[in-house]
Parts: sequence; C-alpha cells; structure tokens
Amino acid sequence: MAFLEVKDLQIYFPIKGGVFNRTVGHIKAVDGVSFSLEQGKTYGLVGESGSGKSTTGRAIIGLENVTSGQILFEGKDITSMKSKTKDLRKDIQMIFQDPYSSLNPKKRVLDIIAEPLRNFEMHSKQEEKKKVQDLLELVGLSPESILKYPHQFSGGQRQRIGVARALALKPKLIIADEPVSALDVSVQAQVLNFMREIQDQLNLTYLLISHDLGIIKHMCDHIGIMYKGRYVEEGTKEEIFTKPHHIYSKRLVAAIPDINPRMREKQYRYRQEVQEEYNSSYNDYFDHEGLAYSLQSISDTHKVALPKRG
Amino acid sequence: MSNKLLEIKNLSTSFRIGDDYYAAVDDVTLTLNKNEVLGIVGESGSGKSALAFSIMRLHNRAKIEGSILLNDQDIVDMSAANLNKLRGDDMAMIFQDPLTALNPLMEIGEQISEALLLHNPRMTQKQRKQRVIELLNLVGIPRPEFVYEQFPHELSGGMRQRVVIAIAISNKPELLIADEPTTALDVTIQAQILDLIRKLKEEMNAGIILITHDLGVVAEMADRVAVMYAGQIVEIAEVHTLFENPLHPYTKSLLNSVPTEGQDKLHVIQGIVPSLKNLPRKGCRFASRIPWIDASVHEENPVLHEVKPGHFVRCSCHTHFYFSEESKEAEKNGIS
Repeated sequence: MAFLEVKDLQIYFPIKGGVFNRTVGHIKAVDGVSFSLEQGKTYGLVGESGSGKSTTGRAIIGLENVTSGQILFEGKDITSMKSKTKDLRKDIQMIFQDPYSSLNPKKRVLDIIAEPLRNFEMHSKQEEKKKVQDLLELVGLSPESILKYPHQFSGGQRQRIGVARALALKPKLIIADEPVSALDVSVQAQVLNFMREIQDQLNLTYLLISHDLGIIKHMCDHIGIMYKGRYVEEGTKEEIFTKPHHIYSKRLVAAIPDINPRMREKQYRYRQEVQEEYNSSYNDYFDHEGLAYSLQSISDTHKVALPKRG
Repeated sequence: MSNKLLEIKNLSTSFRIGDDYYAAVDDVTLTLNKNEVLGIVGESGSGKSALAFSIMRLHNRAKIEGSILLNDQDIVDMSAANLNKLRGDDMAMIFQDPLTALNPLMEIGEQISEALLLHNPRMTQKQRKQRVIELLNLVGIPRPEFVYEQFPHELSGGMRQRVVIAIAISNKPELLIADEPTTALDVTIQAQILDLIRKLKEEMNAGIILITHDLGVVAEMADRVAVMYAGQIVEIAEVHTLFENPLHPYTKSLLNSVPTEGQDKLHVIQGIVPSLKNLPRKGCRFASRIPWIDASVHEENPVLHEVKPGHFVRCSCHTHFYFSEESKEAEKNGIS
C-alpha cells in the first residue's frame, strides 16, 4: 500500500460565457495525473508555470475540487471534502510559497502557530505556549519571539514560522509549494537544510513543488515532470537528470544554467542540439493538440509519455 | 579610441531616513568596457539595484556623490533634460518585473514606438511601425503584426519580458542594464532570454550590466563579476577566476550555498544582511556574519586590494578565512 496514491486525477475549471453565464468549456488544469509517494521520501513535482503542479498539490490537501480521479492516503480515499476527517486534515499540511503574504500581519507568532492547535486540539494556555515554544526551537527560532509580529522577521525566518505552523499538528505529509522561491540563495539554503533535518527527525514525507530544478535535484528522491496538466516523465532523480527521455524533459534539463563558467560553451551547444531535436521531433512526442501522450514504462521506475507503438 | 564605456568613480548613493542620510551604495568604483557583460551579484538588500538605478539616475530623492562617466560624460551632474535624451537612447534598462514595467492600457506596438518617437522625432509613423515589427522579430516574438496590437495582459510572462527588452534595445543603446531580467521566468524561457541578450551584445557591441542573485546565470553570461555586500563591492574579478578561486568570505559562502551535486548539506550564511540604518559603517561589514573569525584579522577601514591583475578583494580577512562547522550549530541556536 502506497503512502499517498493519486490515481488519474483530473481537475477542470469551467470557462463561463454567453448570455446566461453558462459553462462554455473547460480548462484542463490537471488532466489524468497518477503518481504515488513513499513514506519518508521526497517527491518532486516540476513544471513551468501553468503546468498544473500547484493545482495537483492543492487538490491533495483539499483546496481544489477534484473533477474525477482518486486520491488515496494510507489506503483511505480522501478525494472528496466529506471524506476528509479531522484526523486526515491533521496529517496533511502545507507550506506556502510566499512567506510575506502567508502570515497574518496582525497576529503574533504565538497566535499564528497556535491556530492549528486551537482548531484541532484542546490545550490550556500554558500548554499551548509551551508547544509553540518547542516548535519555534525546532525550526531554529528563539522561544522568546512568540510575542513578535511577522514583520519583525527576515524572509527566511518567516518561512520557518510557516514551517512551524505546518508542523504544529505533527503531520505525516507536507506539501511544500515553492517553499524557497521567494528567498535569497543563502536563506534558501537555510530553509532547505532545515526541511531535510526535520524530515529525518519526524519521518516526514514531502511533496515538493518547484520550478527550480537545482532545488529539486538537491532535495528529491523521485521526480515527476508536468507539462500542460499532464505527466511527461517520471523517474528517480538519476534517471531524470542523467538520462532524460522525453524531449520536454531534455529541454528543461538543458536549460539549467551551469555554475561552472568553463562549461558555458558546452552547455550552450547542448542546448542548441536539444532545441533542434525539439523542433524536428516535436510531433513524435506531442499529439495534435500539443499535449503529452500517456505514460509508458521504460524501466521499473522510469516512465515516459510516448505514443503507443504498433 | 578607448574601449571604455562606463566609468564609475567613488559612487555613493544615500537615502534619507528620518534626519540622516544612509548610503545604500557606498564608494563603488568600477568600469565597463564595450562588448562586455559585467555581472553584479549579492543578496537582496546588498545595493545592486540601488547601483543600477543610480547609473540610470532613476532615484528620486537620493543624494548621489562621486562620478559616473558614460563615454566621458558625467551623468551625476546632468540636467533632467539632458538625462532624458540619454535614457532610452545611449543607455537603457531592462526591468525585473515585466508585469509592472509595461503600461497595461497601451498596446504593445505603441509602447515600443514611444521610445522611438522620443529619440527620433523625424521618423515617420510608417518607419516607426516597421522598426517596431523589426524589433519584435529580433526578440523572437512570433506573429509580430498581431502582437503589435495586443495589450500586455494578453501575453505570457516570457513574451512580456521580450517586449520590455525590445523597448530597451529600440534605440541600440551602448549601455544596457539588466536588473534581474529572468528572475520572474521559467528556466526554458530564461535560457531563451539569456541567449537573446548574448546575441544583442555581439550585434550591438554594447556593454551590459547584468544584475542577478542567480549565480548560475552569472556563470553563464558574465565576462567579469562584481560581488556586492552591504553597499560595497567586496570582490571583483574575471568570471573564471571568481568561480574557481574566490577569495572573499562572502563570495565563498555564496558559492557554497548553491545546491550542487553530491552535497548533502548546503552552506548557510549566518545572520542576515543588515538593514540600511543598521549597517556597520566601520570595519569589515561582513565580520558580523563570520563571528568565528578572529576580529583582529579584519582591517579597520577595509579597502579593495588588487591580489592579481584585475582581481580585487576587500579587507584582509580573506587570508584567514575558513568555513566553520560551528557556524551551523550557531545558526541553529543563534539568530532571531
């Protein structure tokens, strides 16, 4: 039994129009996505903006209405809102992208972090304070800061407050939607290190959503690449980065700037080769609507979206 | 004819907070040659953008001291009228956020021809339109005639950034300042935009200042790199030298904090960039973030030393610098 299993997930948004504001069409934000997560591992979801990666993440935690498909968490179906029991809501938490807008500026750190506790668990004031202080300590902030407001912290510290809030209910799965995109490299390093540390300590599972392949490479065990609401490739980190199969994945990997200036020419040439291949073989990889085909296994762990042979 | 395009000498840009002025750019001296890309890196708050805005003279109420010579013309004392002739013509800027840099109520074509109109009043409407289409083609926008009549919200982020670039290069500037040109974009589009900037450099023989916090972008684009910290340049060198033999503790720390292969833990720089008001004005500004280094190795008034031809580094603390494992421990307990 997989820890979290997403089966053929579809999320369509209606396009309203016409005289009576009827539904005239659908935007297929997520169109038939399946994957599964192992406990204690990090799964990376990559794609350009608009590829549906965030929508997928939000659907798992219940922030989007699922059109069809199934989401199984520890074997239980959690697709619909009703099926999400209180316990389940505690088990899945989210870290948001922007630490500047995801914290209420009028609330003290104590209230921000204690909010999930107040919603789900009954504690006395003392207990609550103690819990919040423990959490702050865990994320590397001083326990005295419980009476401060978000604006008194730097970006990295704020993101840690966001993490502390996500951890408050001891979740099993954390969905991290671009957790470090808004941060500087040095601060980014802080948050990433820390996310790894608590993963070991608390046996957490991450679904890491990001467009930054450097971070995905650093953090993830398994990676799925999305394009226009569909999967184009899925595999282990090594498979995706050393032998990407789908032309879109190749293009994505080739586009990462190399930190070594001596590799500049080589990278540039590689990128051009890939671009040529992309232009010449586009029709082999995408159907007439420009969408990816369904996934075919090419090894035990490696799946690529290819047209059916024969 | 010298190859020198831009020469900045002892530039300080100060902003008023309360009754006092605080220097966000502090005594910056650098040069830029034609057909050269100078990368400027640093964390947010290190003064990179303040420097760029000073060169363009876009600060409203800042006190600017020192000199900025563009083709031997001093920009610092220039009148507003003369500046307007220069801006968008000899020097141009690519802004960070393509969404806010464009006027949402104006057609794309109009926005680009506005820059042409201001600097070439004698151009006919037909010529202008032709040039705009040419520019849109140059920056790789498909169906330029169609895009000409579109509004910014109808275009994707990458396309908008191309429009911003088209405006910037419309009058073939000699100096192009790109302030985080690809930060808001996806990697595949970033690669395309960077290719475009590289081509423009070669075609127009322009000097480009590329401001970014992405070290990968710098490694790929720059000929020389300046590292800024707290308003000062702490290290400046040719790109290979900087990446292979970085000297200043800040440069080393930055390079180490980028995720690379086979690295289990990323390096964390302790503390944060001090705010403008709390900048230590005396001594090595980076000292507070490397507290495990003995205070006596810092200079009292750190200056840039030329360690090798073309390789400058500030303060003598780099000769005694080492990474500390304690820094990570302290990072866990210390900050806030």
